[in-house]
Amino acid sequence: MLADGNPAELYEARGEGLFKQARGPKNASLEKCDLGKGAGVVKGAFVELPRYFADTQRVQDLESRLLTCMEQQQGFNAAEIAKTPFGAGEQKTIESLVAYISGESRDMAFNLPQKHAQEKLMYEVGKKVFYLRAGPMDFSCASCHGEDNKRIRLQDLPNLTRQPGASVGFGSWPAYRVSAGDLWSMQRRLNDCYRQQRFPYPGYASDVTIALGVYMGVNSKGGVSTAPALKR
Amino acid sequence: MGCAMTPSAQDVDLATSQAMKSSFRDQGDAKLDRLTLDASNQACSEAQDKSVDEKLAKSIEEANLKTVKFPADGKLLGNWAEGEKIAQNGRGLTWTDKAADANGGSCYNCHQISKAELSYGSIGPSLYNYGKLRGVTDPADPASKPIVDYTWGKLWNSKAYNACSGMPRFGHAGILTMEQIKDVMALLLDPKSPVNQ
Repeated sequence: MLADGNPAELYEARGEGLFKQARGPKNASLEKCDLGKGAGVVKGAFVELPRYFADTQRVQDLESRLLTCMEQQQGFNAAEIAKTPFGAGEQKTIESLVAYISGESRDMAFNLPQKHAQEKLMYEVGKKVFYLRAGPMDFSCASCHGEDNKRIRLQDLPNLTRQPGASVGFGSWPAYRVSAGDLWSMQRRLNDCYRQQRFPYPGYASDVTIALGVYMGVNSKGGVSTAPALKR
Repeated sequence: MGCAMTPSAQDVDLATSQAMKSSFRDQGDAKLDRLTLDASNQACSEAQDKSVDEKLAKSIEEANLKTVKFPADGKLLGNWAEGEKIAQNGRGLTWTDKAADANGGSCYNCHQISKAELSYGSIGPSLYNYGKLRGVTDPADPASKPIVDYTWGKLWNSKAYNACSGMPRFGHAGILTMEQIKDVMALLLDPKSPVNQ
């Protein structure tokens, strides 16, 4: 199988080191970062994101939450990191961090909370966004990912509106992309989806991207995460 | 404190509109005006995975049919070999594409077309033997006119025949030029095209 010897494992190892290393203007590690299951709890956090956070009073996905922790605990400028192109500067750090954090939920089942009003709202917003057709080609996410057993050229397209497709898709990012020679986070994957949909540029960790994560993640309930995965 | 209530439809619409307004920026040639939905996209977005109401669907199709422009010289078929290149070409209109370069039709992304090309998608129906299956032995024959005109119309504006078609509106949206559409027409309808062998 393709997955024998996944280069993502190198990113996982680097990510664990970066998580525990004192970095940034405040010279602090991320070991006090709350990813939804308590300060510093990494195991199982990935399969419950995105979720609502009381300290920021908003629903956040993994990368949005890392921006919060990198700023609050380490003194980095979150807005600067959000503006940094993928693969450069602290975006490279985030590649390794998401590999590590998702790997700590490997083979666990998705179980996003849907108790808070904002979590429920973001699910519905995500669904609206998923089906929103726009751009010169009238594409929505559903154009490719709204039905079973479809493929684009020879690339299979998981149906992200329900199981089993939802967790096949949502649970396989971050992934090492052989064709890119790089690890892509979920934010990067969504960015490239929108590029090919001929949409304008989605902001890194913007509300639309978080809402889509809630929609896909809730639809993935019970499905198992394989991240960080290996892709063509 | 129990579970929070489900959000109202108005809350969802407002939050969605705010998210769409705040989440995107211009990049390359992909500008924010691409997020302004015409009536067809508004209706089809709202319908989500359900069908649009029949009356509304008809009115969308009629409105889109009105946009179909035919070549002034009445010549609807070009060069099938060029058509095959256009069908293979998936470039154009993304924020990494240059406006100066010709767009492709990305047809193989969704459709089987010639027999030889195995790398084809399944989002749309197979177009293999398109002209042959429809009995088009001579596209210039008046008997072929309905099919030829329909095919042109479908390529120009797919929503003229299917309100929420998943297919881009190649002529109406300015994705392909008239000359390019003539070439794709030939790929589909020329009896000499590999599609009809």
